[in-house]
Amino acid sequence: MTAPQAYGSTGDAVTRKLAVVSAGLGVPSSTRLLADRLVQASTDRLHVEGIAVEITVIELRDHAMAITGNLLNGFAGPELESAIESLTGADGAIVTTPIFTTSYSGLFKSFVDVIEPGALAGLAVLIGATGGTERHSLALDYAMRPLFTYHHAIVVPTSVYAATGDWGNAGGNGAAGLAERIGRAATELAALMRGSTRSNEVHDPFAIPAGFGPAGFSPTGPYSRP
Amino acid sequence: MTAMQFGVFSVGYLDQDPPSTGSVVREKETIQETLLLAQHAEEVGLDVFSFGEHHNPPFFSSSPPAVLAYLAAKTSRIQLTTSTTLITTNDPVKIAEDYALVQHLAEGRLDLMLGRGNTGPVYPWFGKDIRDGIPLAVENYGLLRRLWDEDVVDWEGRFRSPLQGFTSIPRPLDGVPPFVWHASIRSPEIAEQAAYYGDGFFANNIFWPAKHFQPLVSLYRQRYEHYGHGTAAQAIVGLGGHVFIRPRSQDAKAEFLPYFRNSSFGRGVSLESFTEQTPLTVGSPQEIIDRYAGMRDLFGDYHRQLFLLNLQGMSLKVSMEQLDALGEIVPVLRKELDRGRPGEVPDIPTHASRVASRDEQHHLSVAPAEVASR
Repeated sequence: MTAPQAYGSTGDAVTRKLAVVSAGLGVPSSTRLLADRLVQASTDRLHVEGIAVEITVIELRDHAMAITGNLLNGFAGPELESAIESLTGADGAIVTTPIFTTSYSGLFKSFVDVIEPGALAGLAVLIGATGGTERHSLALDYAMRPLFTYHHAIVVPTSVYAATGDWGNAGGNGAAGLAERIGRAATELAALMRGSTRSNEVHDPFAIPAGFGPAGFSPTGPYSRP
Repeated sequence: MTAMQFGVFSVGYLDQDPPSTGSVVREKETIQETLLLAQHAEEVGLDVFSFGEHHNPPFFSSSPPAVLAYLAAKTSRIQLTTSTTLITTNDPVKIAEDYALVQHLAEGRLDLMLGRGNTGPVYPWFGKDIRDGIPLAVENYGLLRRLWDEDVVDWEGRFRSPLQGFTSIPRPLDGVPPFVWHASIRSPEIAEQAAYYGDGFFANNIFWPAKHFQPLVSLYRQRYEHYGHGTAAQAIVGLGGHVFIRPRSQDAKAEFLPYFRNSSFGRGVSLESFTEQTPLTVGSPQEIIDRYAGMRDLFGDYHRQLFLLNLQGMSLKVSMEQLDALGEIVPVLRKELDRGRPGEVPDIPTHASRVASRDEQHHLSVAPAEVASR
């Protein structure tokens, strides 16, 4: 994970937090490359409105052992914990995964599995994926989108799939090129991040649910010491 | 008087001794060995032996009252308790009766720790719904409290049939029920419940980082004060712990590794990171003392420290040696944790101290005019 960096204007400017999750395994990785393109396009749109963006990049490969450890032990190590907090406390997220065997990679799913239920609620998410051919592009809509919908995140309407061929294809014949799709998705994410207050909210994981009473029901009134 | 109690807790786990031939230890031997270990815990000077409750293999611990009643007869000094008694799936009427009887058999050397259980199917096996875990813990304990505190109870609730004119027998020893601890790993509701009643709160403090349990203990302390039982510092806190001890640190690590590899918690995990991140400490007596003397910096001054006994399926010999080592460490740890302990922090409640405090409160509640007229 790279240290958060603020881009654009600072000082009194409004700042939004953007978390980037890449499940790419190669170095360099086309999945990370897609994430970087999406980040650039999204931050450009916020900068023109005078909004600074604090970006944290989480490369899941760096946390692969810790994610497995978390699945086995039920707790995250310090670095993974900090990575998860940067995601759950963000105003927006860009998440990209390679498509393996019809769906998101196992590492990507394992990472999502160790995030506490409810921790992504209300988070604006832009989903992206890479693959060898465009035949797997619907995996974004039948696998990635429901995954984040389950977490009550707000997934932007445009998801971006980059097949290997897309990196050398400007579109045409009625199909939008990669750059155009990235631009459309970035506009949608930036619009949601602009109004987000998520990164300023304080969450109490030990808040007691409303309506909870510590005393057992008793027709003779509340518990009292004899 | 003892400020703090130190002891061991067993969850009644059947396992194998990995360095041996790998044959599964049988129930008969494991049960007998657990009883011997409990008695040895008293011999080496430990204050508490605690026994858990489960209803599925690989455990054998279906009935803590039976085990504790046996130990009550075989021991004379050690405090007996549970880790835990399932407040969710047991009938609170049976809990009230069983543990009141054991309290008499043990002549007051009994308290109990309530938990919700860790194996999902136990709920349906006992006719309950796991989604009712918290409501069951709240309602059942509310009833248990009344069955112990009131001689005749009229009651109705959601989860069991109503009671009319019911008296739970035997009545608690000297009219003072066993002290109750509420244990929880992640539920703030249980910390709130413990605080509401002014009962103890136990954080198992094993397998997870200590910082995971700190907010729960802190919440319990604040709410204990809120409900008027005393200051936050006076709240009754217990902690678990997990150690393996050999005179030389490197021997401890080398010998423990195969147990760790074979355990329910250590497979596929590195011992180094697990000991770094969780309270598990494998090393020399001084290393154990240093780590556990530091617990009060994390949780505040507390009242009971229990170490996990033998979840790794160690042989009786190794387990006995671990108890011997604890017997040598505990006096040092006791001294360390006693140093600088604020005067306002009460000693751990015992049956005798609770009887005395009840009598004192009864005396104070009699108005002076009434005393004068006698």
